[in-house]
Amino acid sequence: MKPFKLAIASGKGGTGKTTISVNIAYFLNSDHTKSIKLLDCDVEEPNDALFFPEAELVSTKEVTQLIPRIDTDACTFCRKCAEWCEFNAIVVIPPVKFAEVNASLCHSCGACLVACEFDAIKEYPEPIGTISYLNTGIGAGLAEGRLKIGSAMQTLMIKELKKDVSDEHQIVIYDAPPGTSCPVVETVSDADFVILVTEPTPFGLHDLKLTVTLLQDIGKQFGVIVNKSGLGNSDVFNYLDNENIELLGEIPFDREYARRYADGSILKDIPTDIENRYRTIVDKIALRMKAYEGNNNS
Amino acid sequence: MKTIISSSGNKLNSEFDLRFGRAAWFCLFDDETGKSIFFQNEHSEAQGGAGTKASEFVIEMEATKVISGDFGPKAKELLEKFKIQMVILDNAKTTIGEIVEKLAGK
Repeated sequence: MKPFKLAIASGKGGTGKTTISVNIAYFLNSDHTKSIKLLDCDVEEPNDALFFPEAELVSTKEVTQLIPRIDTDACTFCRKCAEWCEFNAIVVIPPVKFAEVNASLCHSCGACLVACEFDAIKEYPEPIGTISYLNTGIGAGLAEGRLKIGSAMQTLMIKELKKDVSDEHQIVIYDAPPGTSCPVVETVSDADFVILVTEPTPFGLHDLKLTVTLLQDIGKQFGVIVNKSGLGNSDVFNYLDNENIELLGEIPFDREYARRYADGSILKDIPTDIENRYRTIVDKIALRMKAYEGNNNS
Repeated sequence: MKTIISSSGNKLNSEFDLRFGRAAWFCLFDDETGKSIFFQNEHSEAQGGAGTKASEFVIEMEATKVISGDFGPKAKELLEKFKIQMVILDNAKTTIGEIVEKLAGK
């Protein structure tokens, strides 16, 4: 059976996606299932691994992107490839017999290969980043995608990362990048449930609304966790009430807890109050997972 | 010698545009004939690669000098490859006509 796929996302950065992701993995593992895999889909700045200081690196895999190269001996400089290129990645200057692909603009869509009538374009793999597999001691561990600085191929990297989602896992957690752009859409696209993490501040609420609109547009089920509660104001709670959005739980702001986050030790000596709150949240997730399994067995 | 100037409009009294790839128009001034011709920048609204496309245009027009407010890294790389002189002018208040007059040495 296919695993239950849970994405943790947020509009605003720094609301606590990673904190929530690693804690949910930790408490699902201790209370519900050991068959759990965590994927760090924030491939531009992955940081889940920081919270597993004793994790061991099991293996790594290089991810490549196919970049076309133009053979200027075969090229007639007709410019068709450059016209077809949606990303302006191809420069063709007929009078000086110049034709080149700019790798940093190329999205590997392959249109230029189809456009070329003279067989002058071939693709070659170029590395865009690495996937690392870590044994974290929690379920089936962590897979982390790490894109090379400057690469615009976030979605390709996330797709590669998701190839490791297999039927042997009961639940897979996607720690999404912040925002509402392509990498976020790619991350949540196949999720069975999305948790939106927000904070009770005007910025948190503003960006939460954007993400809610996105998820409604693509038809995803979701609930909200308000992190750092006690800060800011009650606007976010009023919004959730008015919109009938499920509040899955609140994690109170605590200076000592924030200090431990900075230290990378949020999974050690978790305060009882916070532990209870996460346990209540993972119970709700486990119910959704069971319902998913029931629906997909029949 | 031909020079390309980034312009906000298609007339000599149009204001100079500080942006290169995103300029609305390009003025091609030829100091041998004294003529200036305006070309609309097809890529001013492009999602990406506007600077590359603008550089491609400059090279194709056989200009040897280009005047704008600044040049991005991809544009710079291409213009350098073809030894095109990049002139940075930070005066947005000036008009294309005034720049052309200076180039013509009037």
